[in-house]
Amino acid sequence: MARFIARRLALAVGTLFVLSFLMYGLLEFALDPLVDLRENPAPNRQELIDNRIRLLNLDVPWYQRYFLWLGNFLTGDFGIAWRTMQPVATLVRGAIATSVQLVFAATIISILLGVTIGLVSALRQYTSFDYAITFVSFLLYSLPIFWVAVLLKQFLAIGANDYLQSPTVNWPLVVILSIVSGLFWAGALGGKRAKRIQVFVGAFVVTLAVFAGALLTGWVNNPTIGIVGIGVLSVALALGVSALFAGMNNKRALYAALTTAVLGTVLWWPLQWLFFYVEMNWLWIIGLLALSLALAALIGWLFGGPDRQISIRGAMITALFTSVLIFVDRVLQTWVPYNNAPQIRGRPLATIGASTPGLNADFWMAQLDRATHIMLPTLALVLISFATYVRYQRGAMLEVLNQDYIRTARAKGLSERVVIVRHALRNALMPLASIVPVDFITLIGGAVITETIFGWAGMGRLFITSMDGQEVDPVMFYIILTGGLAMIANLVADFLYAVIDPRIRVNA
Amino acid sequence: MSNDRFQNNEPDDADRLEQALPDGPQADREIGVDANDAGEAASARTGEATADAYGRGEGVGEGQEVQGLSQGQIVWSRFIRHRGAIFGLVTLGLVILLSVLSMGIGPIPGLWRVQEITSGDVIDGGRPTLSVPGIGGATGFAIGANPFGQDSLGRDYFAQVMLGVQTSLLVAFILGIVALLIGVTVGSAAGFYRGKVDMALMRFTDLIITLPVIVLGAVLGALVSRVPLRIGAGPELTASIRENMPVMLAVALGCILWTGLARLVRSEFLTLREREFVDSARVAGASDWRIITKHMLPNAIGVIVVNGTLLMSAAVTLEAALSFVNFGIGPPNISLGYLISDNQGAFSTRPWLFWWPGLFIILIALSINFIGDGLRDAFDPRTKKIPSARAMAKAEKQLVASRGAASAQSNGATAVQSNGATAVQSKEDAS
Repeated sequence: MARFIARRLALAVGTLFVLSFLMYGLLEFALDPLVDLRENPAPNRQELIDNRIRLLNLDVPWYQRYFLWLGNFLTGDFGIAWRTMQPVATLVRGAIATSVQLVFAATIISILLGVTIGLVSALRQYTSFDYAITFVSFLLYSLPIFWVAVLLKQFLAIGANDYLQSPTVNWPLVVILSIVSGLFWAGALGGKRAKRIQVFVGAFVVTLAVFAGALLTGWVNNPTIGIVGIGVLSVALALGVSALFAGMNNKRALYAALTTAVLGTVLWWPLQWLFFYVEMNWLWIIGLLALSLALAALIGWLFGGPDRQISIRGAMITALFTSVLIFVDRVLQTWVPYNNAPQIRGRPLATIGASTPGLNADFWMAQLDRATHIMLPTLALVLISFATYVRYQRGAMLEVLNQDYIRTARAKGLSERVVIVRHALRNALMPLASIVPVDFITLIGGAVITETIFGWAGMGRLFITSMDGQEVDPVMFYIILTGGLAMIANLVADFLYAVIDPRIRVNA
Repeated sequence: MSNDRFQNNEPDDADRLEQALPDGPQADREIGVDANDAGEAASARTGEATADAYGRGEGVGEGQEVQGLSQGQIVWSRFIRHRGAIFGLVTLGLVILLSVLSMGIGPIPGLWRVQEITSGDVIDGGRPTLSVPGIGGATGFAIGANPFGQDSLGRDYFAQVMLGVQTSLLVAFILGIVALLIGVTVGSAAGFYRGKVDMALMRFTDLIITLPVIVLGAVLGALVSRVPLRIGAGPELTASIRENMPVMLAVALGCILWTGLARLVRSEFLTLREREFVDSARVAGASDWRIITKHMLPNAIGVIVVNGTLLMSAAVTLEAALSFVNFGIGPPNISLGYLISDNQGAFSTRPWLFWWPGLFIILIALSINFIGDGLRDAFDPRTKKIPSARAMAKAEKQLVASRGAASAQSNGATAVQSNGATAVQSKEDAS
């Protein structure tokens, strides 16, 4: 195994070296640092040109310059962005953080959503639901992201802000959304016609009621969850998780999840005091989350039984969800002061940038500010990348469902839930191991187009502005970073796959 | 809650089957119906029924046989039954027809009144004059002077969009050809010769695959736009190079998009080269070139055609995205991405400048994607055309009727038979 990794690493370093050399040559041809001076009418034009040539070592041939650059790069000097004379290292630090923030949420959401819908689509193969999902994923796949992004800005953000300022409910839209939701759930849950009609009506009524309630009571103008909301949602999730992963017959798992949900809801009250008296930061939040997960694991362990792991897992998922709810609830409590802040003036959904400049915000309000800024670009990214996961997961699940051991599992009389969740799902998720690491590590490279449109100063935007500004050093840093990370990601993916799939053997 | 959800997931035709076959033994029905996707179970059990069901292949109830047909005929007959693919083909055809008829092609002028894009008076704020009954309160169908409106300089937008469509399609087509050539060459050489050649070619592929396409594309786009300056061209040469920018960009992008195809062709070749017909060709004294082109490539044609198609749809969005960030096609050429980029500031005042190019990008990319999907299904021998629910019902009725008439077989066999027919549909590609 060590030899395998060493060999792959050596290969990666070699590839990266060749890549950087070739890209440097291409960039030498593609970028022209003297472009603005060539048409400069200033009398001292030649002097300016000479200065720049000296600054950028343009008088030596490019392959020599490449080795100069490589020497500096290896010793930790990444060069300068010569237009602003800022060192690349400082430019990049903020850009990486911004990109990760932006793409992290989008990647997680699109994986979760895409994988779930792909799975359901595979389970309902050749139904109208499956066809509809296939069509939608093709449509999303064909959308140009810059077009979607501008549309989202124009309609969603501005429309929502206008609505918040002068609420007039658009009833046809609400009814259409409710019908879509009804059709979605009826298709996803499937079954016989009578059941589908029941599900459709149920989902339609619930969606309509939720929309109407939120819009008519003015909830959208002052969104809160509150202890009641947390309690209801947590218990619902606890029931759902137990039904899906443990089965309602497993009383111990059910009680473990329910206990966790109730305990989490009760803990809301003391936590409000903690949040009030102690200045929060991310360390605290992560610590609290870890604590709640440990507590949930303990609860699951105590309920125990012969299949202890299931109880623990169910309780931990519930705890995670409840913790997130409590966090969101606290963030939403800053909605009114945030909305009334002079920089916001009642138009909370932001279309540009990563945060509101000059906003005097505490920890919680800063999170809210971040959320309102990240919403649109995340939505745009999810819409685009979601389709890939749906297609991928649908294919993987169908492949597994056609295997012999699934038939065996059914033949020996296991319930459909056990066949799908315990036999099919695990193997269908395995191929994800080869794409998720790649998606996560490469997200540091940012989303070039999305960042440009939404004005996020991330890595992708840095790349584009440096290309525009004819600056070689930041572009080269970007190339080395994304190239190196992609190689590491592929290595991790191969390694992971070898670990979880016993059929694959690593031979050095 | 979700127990129900998973237990009641028989296919929709479950109740229909029960109606059609009221007396079928429970056990037989269970396997075919309950085993939603592993419906093969039923067909695998009884040889005769299976053969019959498979022979029906395409459209159950129409008795279509695939025996004695060439691969091309089978693929074509499957392809034209794929509703999405036909929809894509027709849409793409209409888009091409519209753009060619209106703006002509190359030196041949088109039929639209605006052949030269010139600025003029802005009429009615440049609003589109196209009116279709039912949309925007229009009463009759009318094209008017500027069906897609005018931009802020009074240039006819329909002409611009149609030119953009031509550019995008040209780029997609050339890019597809270039990528196909490189990908197939690299992939087949690597797969056929293996060993050192394979190693070298695959390392080269890794080199290109490492960077995101948009990054390489931007670098190449900048490079292409810099060509006249770098080769020190005179004004005339510069102008003619600029005219042909889309072609150069397409070739450059084709040089980076072939990697996926090369990998697929390689893996296809790795399995093909172990087959007996390759051995016999070699024993008969065929040269490597002949084995590759005459014996192996035709067997890999499915992968190649499908991926070539999908590449073209990726090319449309890639070109648009590059033009949007100014590393693609710029003046004097017009592409759809450039139109969006150029007019995105005008969204609040002249939204139509934004709608039309986007609409055409989606139409082109979507229809090519559907064609690719149809081709994939058509080439995949595991895929069977899925008859519509109505066709299935008809087929079952026919089956029941014919069995009833013969009355030689028991009801149980009928149930299996018809389950076998149901099972056919479950065999889709798992890609």
